This record gives sequence, structure tokens and C-alpha cells, in this order.
Amino acid sequence: MTVTSLGVPRRLLDLTLDGEPVRAPEGTTLLDACRAAGKDLPALCHVDARTPASACRLCVVEVAGSRALVAACSREAEPGMDVRTDTERTRHSRRIVLELLASSVDLSTTPGIAEWIEEYGARPDRFGTDAARLEREPIIDNGLLVREDGKCLRCGQCVRACGGQGQHTFALSVSGRGFGSRVGVEYDAPLTDSACVFCGDCVDVCPTGALSVRSEFDLRTAGTWDEPAQAVTTTVCGHCGVGCELTLHVQDNEIVKVTSPPDSPVAHGNLCIKGRFGHQYIQNRD
Amino acid sequence: MDLRFGDSQPTDDERAAVDELLGPPASSWEGAERTAENLRYSRGGHAARDRRDLLLPGLHALNDRIGWISRGALAHLCRRLTVPPAEAYGVATFYALFSVSPRPTTVLHVCTDLTCTAAGAAALCAGLESRLEGDDRVTVRRAPCLGLCERAPAALTIKAGDPARTAVSAPATVEAAVLAATAPDSAPEEPPTEAAAPQAGDRRQTGAPAPSSPPQKQTGLPAPPPLPPQKHTAVPAPPPLPPLPLLTRVGVVDPSSLDDYRAHGGYTALRRAFVLGPAAVLREIVDSGLVGHGDAAFPGGPDPRATPIGLAWRAAASRPDHPHHLVCNAGGSGPGAFTDRVLMEGDPYALVEAMTIVAYAVGAPHGYLYLRGEHPRAARRMRRAVERARARGLLGDDILGRGHSFDIEIRRGAGAYVCGEETAVLRSIEGYRPEPRPTPPFPTQKGLFGRPTVVADVETLLDVLPILTGGPAAYRSRLVSVSGSVERPGVYELPSGTTLGELLARAGVRPDLRAVLVGGAAGRFVRPDEVDVPLRSGVVIAFDGTVPLPRLLLRVAEFFRDESCGQCVPCRIGTVRQEEALRRIVDRAGPAAADDVALLGEVGRAMRDASLCGLGRNAWNAVESGVERLGVYG
Ligand code: SF4
Ligand code: SF4
Ligand code: SF4
Ligand code: FES
Repeated sequence: MTVTSLGVPRRLLDLTLDGEPVRAPEGTTLLDACRAAGKDLPALCHVDARTPASACRLCVVEVAGSRALVAACSREAEPGMDVRTDTERTRHSRRIVLELLASSVDLSTTPGIAEWIEEYGARPDRFGTDAARLEREPIIDNGLLVREDGKCLRCGQCVRACGGQGQHTFALSVSGRGFGSRVGVEYDAPLTDSACVFCGDCVDVCPTGALSVRSEFDLRTAGTWDEPAQAVTTTVCGHCGVGCELTLHVQDNEIVKVTSPPDSPVAHGNLCIKGRFGHQYIQNRD
Repeated sequence: MDLRFGDSQPTDDERAAVDELLGPPASSWEGAERTAENLRYSRGGHAARDRRDLLLPGLHALNDRIGWISRGALAHLCRRLTVPPAEAYGVATFYALFSVSPRPTTVLHVCTDLTCTAAGAAALCAGLESRLEGDDRVTVRRAPCLGLCERAPAALTIKAGDPARTAVSAPATVEAAVLAATAPDSAPEEPPTEAAAPQAGDRRQTGAPAPSSPPQKQTGLPAPPPLPPQKHTAVPAPPPLPPLPLLTRVGVVDPSSLDDYRAHGGYTALRRAFVLGPAAVLREIVDSGLVGHGDAAFPGGPDPRATPIGLAWRAAASRPDHPHHLVCNAGGSGPGAFTDRVLMEGDPYALVEAMTIVAYAVGAPHGYLYLRGEHPRAARRMRRAVERARARGLLGDDILGRGHSFDIEIRRGAGAYVCGEETAVLRSIEGYRPEPRPTPPFPTQKGLFGRPTVVADVETLLDVLPILTGGPAAYRSRLVSVSGSVERPGVYELPSGTTLGELLARAGVRPDLRAVLVGGAAGRFVRPDEVDVPLRSGVVIAFDGTVPLPRLLLRVAEFFRDESCGQCVPCRIGTVRQEEALRRIVDRAGPAAADDVALLGEVGRAMRDASLCGLGRNAWNAVESGVERLGVYG
């Protein structure tokens, strides 16, 4: 079986996935190689087309010769590698990781997590009622973005998107360390007092919904957010001549969210405040 | 990149602290007085961006002068270095020695880690807190290991000012520590370094001649006489020790004198290296079988014992992307690990020479020496040694007139155990949050500033000296720091293959030995009847029955919870759940503890398997061994 790659042809490497020989282009991660081979690993902090964070550790696999398990999202395939994706060890670690995560943060807006919790038989309540949780009120300090620390996986993808791997705005950073670390701006100031340009790119990459646009947050709070009922249309932003692709999420004839396709050759998933939030002013009927 | 620094301005003192480090600002873009038009935005060219690695020294400059880092001070530093304030805040809040909120100018760090706990740290802390309560000049901080374990319990005063003052109190009494905290300048001087190297002391007392050069074996010097017989040990008296290649000068040379170092064989190894050439130096290191000792305080990564370290160094040396870098990581701060401190205090020029040799071998024009923020005397002596060596042409552009160029920059850590990890220390030096990254690529492939980098600990580097002067066969000893329930705690140098029992006998283990922790917080407990095995780690702590073992395990768990960088889920949350479970069962055993013990095992296994770096992977070792070998909750 061959993994198809886009772009310049690269040397093909031979390796073994769960006992089956596969070929993968040089530079492919094990996660990509697995997916190409039809194996889907749980991978929460992995955001396509972004540098792997390797933080959630759900995608761990066994690589022969390696003492610890290996995160498939960041490890590149090497010739002769012998990789096992579904063993007692990998299942154990994934289950515990799911339990640890779900016992400490609110994963109610994390896509896919409920299925994994079910699949791996995770029981997040086993740490008891005294288990420390990150209970934090949502931070609503501006009209466009909401930050919910209590949902944060702390993968840092938002920091990368805001900084050197996207906007180059560098408004966000992780501060503190360990369990108490969190994402924010310097001296925990409000976003309006920071370098933030409200492009919303951090929202697009956030895998847990810890960052959300205000319109979605408000509808969720009101209990009227209805994703299955939303129509999704792709269009081109008309605010300037760059021509970024926009994905409009429409519910009850209102645009409730604008995202950008990460694989768009123009914007690479990055937008600016006009593309992301300009519709609010068009829709504003007051 | 347009950065926004906000309107906060530094005080005059804060501005001076930063500008003294960085020099006066060259233009308004670099943080000079601002005009109305350029008040909020600043753009830095490459020159400014290249100085990102001065962020950590800049934070130190502020913390040293003021005692904490204000918003205006941080903004000023960020303007000067063209660093985003959010990132600088992220860096400042990572390190335990910095504060981003106002606090008293004097911080009294009181060690509450394993050895000090066994030596009464809890009472010391309580005493200090009650004595200093209401004194708004001093705050007491319960600190992880200060690396003064041979003199437990330990306390360290750091008083901000120009310059900042420090005073070490160890062994500390409430009286002495209060005096040090309120008047650090009048605190008594620390005992001499050789007091922490019992073998050095023995040699001096017995009048054995000071060796004139490291290859003692070949110069035929008499071996030092056996140590006096020990009273309380079950193990027979140890045999006489062979010569000590690494501790040879500790307590013998004047650590401040380059001439004295040279009179004791200093710089013969570098001369020989220059004669051999880089490739042959690497060959001798490979042939010696030298393996890294980096596991002393921070195990992890590929098994450092598996392959000769010289092979990795050779791989780095042969990479085409220059410049290569050398980093000496003396920032490992694991509980019970103080070997680096003793070596740097007692024989600082040896490290300068060793770094010069390895840099020559791997083609690195630049070396960084990363020190612990908590070891002021080691830092002072290393700084002086580097300055002297530079002044005498032993560092710089034309070392020993041989046309080889190398210099050492000293960097101070600021309280983060994870900096013992080799990728974390690189990020720390670069001015980023010291979060480990997945390997491969290893630092020898892609290290400091993206270049091939050799990261080595102090002992591994010093091993190179006897290899070069005595030939590959000369390398055969290793250093162990011993603390806890022994008569003569300190750093020991022993032939490889020495058993734990022999070491304990030499250190004068007390009769009521209950458990030995081998390998520090990341290591494993062994029972007194299990000590007859070769020592595989450089950190040993002996415990008698006075501190209940469940408390010790809980302390280990607290340590890892505090020191986890927080980047990956199994470690960030696993260490918290581990601590919670151990707290629940601290007074329980048998069936009442069984559920939590099982839970610990499940979480521990996932931490070991799925964590990103060695910190998380080893955070369960001590607890596991406590359960399985000591039967703590049985
Ligand atoms: S909205 Fe854009 S600028 Fe603001 S924090 Fe998010 S990524 Fe950064
Ligand atoms: S806010 Fe979202 S993207 Fe940012 S660290 Fe948390 S989970 Fe990751
Ligand atoms: S194992 Fe712990 S210290 Fe290491 S990267 Fe993960 S969270 Fe950080
Ligand atoms: S997806 Fe690989 S660690 Fe999260």
C-alpha cells in the first residue's frame, strides 16, 4: 500500500505498521502514515497543517526499540521502523490520558472526545470528587472572542497560530507551569489591552472550543447553538483584494461563525478581523 | 513583525538594571525615550532579534535589582530585545525564582526536599515563618532542593539590590537563617568546599602529597590510605581507594588561582589535545568508553549508558551546518544531587579546560555554561575562572597561541528542574519557555539556535581530562553525592563497579538504615538488604526510620507536580493525581490503601509510557519502588 503525497516527490521509506509493510514518503509523520494506511489514531492536539504540539499524547504508538511510547503526530517515519498502533500498552496510555484530561477540564465542546472515551472505556470519575479541576469562569473582555480556561487542553496551538506560525502577532503565550499553567496575555490583561488584532485564527485551531467567537458562545449559553442545522458555504472575502476563502456557518439565516479552510492556498487558514467578524456589522440591523 | 509593548514604563531603577546589562539603547526603536508617534509600536531588525537569548539574563537583572518583575520593567526589557511581552511573561512565570507580583526584597528559600525534610526542615520552616511573620522585608519560600544536601537542612537568602546579596545557611538553625535573611552581609562564610568531599579531606589530613597532575596512576603516586574504620556499619571496612582523577584537586588547589591550577597539572590535557587534533581527541574519548552521566539528576532520553558518548559527539562534529555549539548543563537540580556544585566550587578551572577541549573536538567556537540560580558561590568562582582564563589567553581568539578560538558564556537558571533535560536547557538559553521537545531530532542534530549541539553535564566533561592525560584506560571512576543518614555526607569518587553498600560504608551509614533512594527524585528506593549491587547512579540518599516513608513518597510526588512543565497531559495531570492519591493514603495501609495503590500503578504506567520527556517518564519510579520493594502501604 502506498501513501500518496502532495508536492515534490520524496524518497519512499519502507516500514511496518501493525505487522503490515507500508511505504511512506520521507518526512511523513507516523500519524500521516497510519491515516494513509486506513488506521485512525485518536489525536486531539494535532491540527492539520500545523507543527505538532505533541501535548495530548493520545496518538502514542509502540515503536520497536523505543523504551517509551512515541507520539505518532510528531515522530517522522524511518526506514525499517516497526510500529504497533493498537496494543495493550497504547490502549492503556490512551485510556489514562482521556481519564486525566476529562477529570480536570470541561470537554463538552471538544469534538470526538465522547467517542474516544467510550471506545477506550475511560472513567474520568474514578479519581474521586476531590480531584483538582481547572474551574475558571469564561473570560469575556471584548465583543468578539471568549476564552474559557476551564476547557483548555493547553496544547499551545493558539499560541503558535497567533505567533510565528500564523499571524505573527504574538499576543498569546502560555504562562506559569504545570497544572496551573494557562494561555493568556502578559500580566493576565484583557485581550483589548494586548497585541491581539482579533483575527480569530486562534479560535480556528483550538481543538477543545476553549477559544470561541462570541456569537457561538452566546448561542451555546442560550442553548440554541445547533450545529447539525447549520448550512456551511464557502465564499471569497470581499473586504480587500487578497481574496481569502471564507467558510460561512449559517443558522436560521444568520452567519453564526466564519472559519477559513486550513488548506486554502491563499490564506492557509489565516484571516483578519474583517473577514472573520465583518459580517457582524453587515448583519447588525440596529 | 510589529510588536506592541503597551504604555507601561519602567522606574529609573528598572531601566538602569536592564540598560546596565544591555548597554545604552541605540535608538528609540530600542527602548529609548519615545515620541508621540512611536510610543506604542516598535520594529526590530535582525540585530535586535538575535538578542532573544538575553531575555533570561534580563529577567535576572530585574529580579536581582528589584526583587520582582513589574509590567513596566518587562515592557522595557521587551522593547530593548524586540521580544513580544506575552512571551516574555510566559518565560518569567515559568521560573520559580522570579516573581511577577510585588514581594519583599529579601526571599528566604528554605529547602523542604527529601534530605532536608529528613533533617528537620518542617520545624525549621515553621520556626522561620513565625519569627519573620510581620517582617515586610522578608518572605519565606518553601523551596525544592537547594543542592546543599550534605549540610541539611539548608536555607538560602537572596536579597535584591545593587548588587543582590546572597547568604547560605546550612546546616540552618532558625537563629542563623533569620540573621542571614535580615543581614546577609554579616552572615558567616560557608564552610570550605572540600568539607563536602570527604575523600579530599582525608587525603589532606593524612598528609598525602598533592598530586601534580591527573594521571596519578602513571606517575606512581601512592594511593591514599584507607579511611578510618567505621563504627556502626554492617558492611566490612572498605578497601583503600585508588587515585581520584576527578576530585584530585578539590581542596588542594586554590580555586581562585589559575597559576595554582596549572601547578597542579592544569592545561596539560588541552596541550595534548592541540597536539592530537580534534579527530584523535574524539577517538580517545570514544575508545575510553565514556558514557554520559546526565542521568544523575535527570534520567531520560535514550539510555545514556547504552552508547559511548564520544560517538554522539563525533556525529555532531561531522555535521556540515556550522557553527556547532557546546552546552555544559550544570542546571540539573534534582534532590540530593550536588556533585556539580562541589566540582565547580572546588576546581573551576578544570571545567573551563574541559569545555575548551570538547569544544575544540566538536568544532564549537562558543560554549554556554548553564548554572543553577541557587548556587551563588559556584557561580562566583566559575565567573572568575572564565574571566581569568580569558585574560590569560586560555579563552578567546588564540588559545595558547594555537590559533584556536573558543569562549564561554555563563547563563544562570532560575529554578526549574526540567532544565536538566537537554532540549529544555537549550530553550532556556535561547530565551524561550524551557519546555522539552520531542526527540529526534536530537540536539547533536538540531540543537541550540538550530545548530548541532553537544549538551553535557559537568562530570562527563571533566572525565575528558584524565582520558587525555592518562590515556583511555585512565577513565574508570564516577562521582556520587551522598546525603541523609550517614556520618560523612558529601561527594565521593569511586571506581566504577563499586557497590552501593561499599559507598554507604565509606560514608559511614548509620545503623538504623531504613531505605536508600538511588537516583534522586527520579530514582528508586532500595532496602538495606539490597545494597550489594553495583551503583548505577550518582545520587544516593539514605533514610533512617525517623521520617515515615509515606511522607517521603508524598514529597517526591509534590516535587514532580511542582516541576512538571505542564506541556503534556500524562505528566501535567498525572503528577497531580499521583500526589492526591498519596495524600489520601499517607496514614493508611493494607486494604484501606489498596484502591489508591492500584490507581497509582495505572497512572504511573501511563506517565512512564506516554509522557513527552524524562521528567514525566520517571515521576513514578520512586513511588513504584516504595510500594513494591519497601512495601510502604503493605
Ligand atoms: S484573535 Fe488573532 S491576534 Fe488575537 S489572540 Fe487570536 S490569533 Fe492572536
Ligand atoms: S486555548 Fe485551545 S488551542 Fe489554545 S492551548 Fe487551550 S486547547 Fe489549545
Ligand atoms: S513529561 Fe512533564 S516535564 Fe516533560 S514535557 Fe511532559 S509535562 Fe513537561
Ligand atoms: S495528537 Fe499527538 S500528542 Fe496530541
